[in-house]
This record gives sequence, C-alpha cells and structure tokens, in this order.
Amino acid sequence: MINLRPKQAVTLQKLTIHIVLLILCLPAMLPLLWMVSTSFKGTDQLYGSSAASGFTFASLIPRPLNLENYPEAMRTVPFALYLRNTVALCIVTVVAAVVSSAFVAYGFARIEFKGKNTMFLLMISTMALPGQVTMIPVFALIRALGWYGTYLPMIVPACFGSAFYIFLLTQFFKTLPQEMSEAARVDGATEWTIFTRLVLPLSKSALATCALFQFMGTWNDFFGPLMYINDPAKYTLAYGLQQFLSLHGGKWAPLMAASTIFTLPIIVLFFLAQRTFIQGIATTGGKS
Amino acid sequence: MNKFKENLVGWAFISPWVIGFLIFTAFPFLQSIYLSFTRYDIISAPQWVGLANYRMLLFEDELFWKSAAVTIRYAIISVPLLVVAGVALAILLNNEVKGIAIYRTIFYLPSIVPTVASSVVFLWILNPTTGLVNNVLRTMGIQGPAWLNDPTWAFYSLIMMSVWHVGGSMVIYLAGLKDIPAYLYEAATIDGARPWQKLRHVTIPMMTPVIFFNLVMGVIGAFQYFTQAYVMTPNGGPQDSTLFYSLYLFRRAWKYLDMGYASAMAWVLFLVIVVMTAAVFRTQKKWVHYGG
Repeated sequence: MINLRPKQAVTLQKLTIHIVLLILCLPAMLPLLWMVSTSFKGTDQLYGSSAASGFTFASLIPRPLNLENYPEAMRTVPFALYLRNTVALCIVTVVAAVVSSAFVAYGFARIEFKGKNTMFLLMISTMALPGQVTMIPVFALIRALGWYGTYLPMIVPACFGSAFYIFLLTQFFKTLPQEMSEAARVDGATEWTIFTRLVLPLSKSALATCALFQFMGTWNDFFGPLMYINDPAKYTLAYGLQQFLSLHGGKWAPLMAASTIFTLPIIVLFFLAQRTFIQGIATTGGKS
Repeated sequence: MNKFKENLVGWAFISPWVIGFLIFTAFPFLQSIYLSFTRYDIISAPQWVGLANYRMLLFEDELFWKSAAVTIRYAIISVPLLVVAGVALAILLNNEVKGIAIYRTIFYLPSIVPTVASSVVFLWILNPTTGLVNNVLRTMGIQGPAWLNDPTWAFYSLIMMSVWHVGGSMVIYLAGLKDIPAYLYEAATIDGARPWQKLRHVTIPMMTPVIFFNLVMGVIGAFQYFTQAYVMTPNGGPQDSTLFYSLYLFRRAWKYLDMGYASAMAWVLFLVIVVMTAAVFRTQKKWVHYGG
C-alpha cells in the first residue's frame, strides 16, 4: 500500500511544525534577549512599579535607552584587562594543545608500534576520569613548582596534548590514504616530514575543529582560574564575571552588560565558523 | 624502516602525551589514593589516619549523604529529561520546512553561551519579583515561586537551566538522524507504516547508539556538576538543596583545607562513576542497535 498524502495535509503539517518551533523559540531566545535588553535599561525600568507587572514584548525594549551600564561595568571591574588576559591565554593554549595533540595523534594514527593499542585505550579512559580525583595532588604539584598565581597551570598541561583532541585527530588522520605515506617513505622522507608536509596540510578542517573547541574551552574555563589565579590583575573574563557577581551582586544592569561582553565574541565566532562548529560536534558524538 | 626503529619513532611521537599523563594524571591519581587515608592541609606533610576519613564520611557526615542525594537526584532527573528533550527537538528540526537553518541556530545558541554567563543571566531572570520568568508567569495569572531562594525550587531552577542548554546534544542527535538511510523509511512506507510507527520502529532504534553515547556522557557529567551550582548558589542554596557533591567536596578542600577528606570524597565519586558507567554499558545489549 502506497500512502500518498494530499497536498493540503502536507501544508497543514508544515504549519503545525512552524507553530511548535516558534513557541519553543521563546524560552530558547528570551534569556539572551533579556540579558542584552537589561544591559541597556535604566533603574526606573528595572526596578520601578512596571518591572513586576507581567511580561510584554514591549518590556524587552529599553526605554529610555541607557548606555551607562557598559562604562559602569568597566569601571567597577577592569573588564578590558580581563578581555586581554583571556584572549592571550586562549591563543597560547590553542596553539599548545593543537600542535601537541596533532603530533601525538600522528603516532597513534600512522605508525605501527608495540603497545600502541594499550596506550590508546588508556588515553581514551582518562577522559572519563573525574577531575576531582587528581585536583588536590595536581594543586600540590603546581604549588611546589612555584606556578601558583600564574597562567602556567593552564598552559603547561595543554602542551602535552589533550586526550579528546588526540582521539579526534587520530580518527581523522586514519582516513588519509596510507599509500601517500608509503610513497613518501620510498622517496626517503622521514616521519616528521610526512607529518608536517603531507598530513597537517590535509587536516586543516580537523585541526580547526580542535582549535575551536580549545578556544571555547579556555574562554569558558572557570575552574582553572578559580584554582590558580589569586591576583585580580590576572583574572580572565569567566572568573572576573563571577567575582563581579559575588562582590556587586545587586547591580544587575552592569552585570548583564558584562555578561554580554563575555558572551558576544563566542556568538560572533559561532557565526563565523558555523560549519566547523556543527561538523566538529556532530562527528564527536555520532561516530565514536 | 626496521621494526626497532619503527617502535622508537612511534613512542617518540606519543611521548608528549605519555609524559603529560604520568605527571598530571597517573601520579596524582595514585597520590590521591594515599591522601585519602591521611589528614592533609597542603601546607604541612600528610598524616596517616587509616580509614578515618572514609568512616567519617560514611557514618558521621550528614552533608556527605545530603550532597550525594542531591547529585543522584539531579542525574536521575536531568539526564533522561535531556535525552528526551534532545531527541524530540532533533526530530522536529529534521523536517524540511522553510527557515529550518534559522531554527536550528536559535536552539543551538544557548549551548555555546559560557557557563558563568548563563548562570549570571539565570540568576537575574529567576529573580522572584522583577525576573523574566515570574513576569511571564504573572501574565498567565500564575504567582511564580522564589526559585533560587526556595528550598524546593532552587534545585529545579538548575534543572531548568540544564534543559535550556539542550541544543548541544540536539546537534549530535540531528547528525544521527541524518545518518539513518532513507531506504528504511521507504521500506516502512511500502509496508504501510504510519508516522508514529516509523518513529517507534525505525527512527528510535536507529538512534540508540547516539542516545547511548549521550547517556554515558550525561551520567559522567551530572556526577561532576559544579560550575553552575558554585556561581548561582555558592553556599549550597536554601537548606543545602543545591549542595551538589562536587560543591561540598570543593568546600571541604578549599574552605576547610581538609584535603585528605576531600580526596576520600573524590575516590568515592570516582568509584560511583565507574559503577554507574559500567551499569549503563551492561544494559547496552538489551536496547542499543548497532549497524541497522
């Protein structure tokens, strides 16, 4: 039995889907719209009698438009400095993590050696190890090395490769044709040459995915700075925003301005690198 | 290349990871077993106390059990909720209607908002008097609760926030849906299957490997839930209702400098995660379909 639907039924179905999706869009988008709109509102609109009289879409529009919250946020805490710190830390950890992970992944993907499978399994299993287990000894180690209060506790571990990216890159490197390496070896190329001249240039998309994940990870990282940074001049945005909240909790409009400054670059990054984002995330979950 | 040289080159390539693993994972891992049997405050040398930490946390520490209960309850509610919401949303977003790419972007965006930012935003929108959520409820004629200030609702505020981030797993489910071969649906159509029958007998079974992956990651993540609780309810919420296990562990370690005790807590957490993950893996044969 072939079930052909009349055209009208299809239109009705599509209309229903639109309505359901539009309704669901409200809870998805309103918190972010509310964040941005609050950041441009004045005290009257935020705390006046109208502020607790129910929701209308008009209440999303700042009236009057107040541009003071951004400068006030910047005055209360040095967000420009936190932004510089965060960007610098992101760049360093991205380079460190991607380069080292690619190097290790090449070994796992393209060379046959004794103990490889055991080491690979061991590496995968470290991903399930809760950070709480190693937190205290690692802290003691960092303290003994004199790295407490610096960015080194966040940078140095990244230089040894990250299990997640090594896994991702290993899977990707394996898909490159083996004959290519064989031919290069016959021509006398070393593994290092094959890695840098052949494999890396062919893996730009996978490397970009790892770079993106690491960038987001460092940008969002709260636990690292919470553990290791004590000097306010070294705060990152994530930690600085939490400190702002705990010291000036009631200043909602400047807090929303600060949250917007913190969130906006990530959203812009998403729109610039949308394909890398979605592909990266989809391959991580679907194919492992 | 001869065998010996190949082994050498292979190990040379993976050596950065091996060294990092030994320094930052293996050695600390072993050390924390030892520390869990000591009294240790980071500053002075650890003192052996035998099973005292474990005895205290299992038999004398009410907050240990309280925080374990909060965490288990969170895992039991949020993990299945996120699976159902994620799959449902992905199925909805797998339809070819106009503007679907825009919808997908809208539902994905919340999941990339930095955790600290979304925590601060939720504190504000859950404000009992001027918050967005209670204003929306007021428009519908409902008097909203005090959310994070209320011992019953504080916990559900965090559940609500986790559902807001559903876009992250939705993308993975969507990729899974795209991988289901079209001929399965064609065959089902020829057999006269109705839409819900296709969902029940084609879509859901084919999605089980992806659901399984998300379930495992979800359980591991739920047991380590920390940042949101720390930012939104640094003291564990009203009547310790959001005192998550990791939050209590952190308090033990860094507020009381009770590092031996915190290590014992970390080991209990680790064992629970291992057991839970193994349990989820054991159910795998019963419901996960590989390679259609």
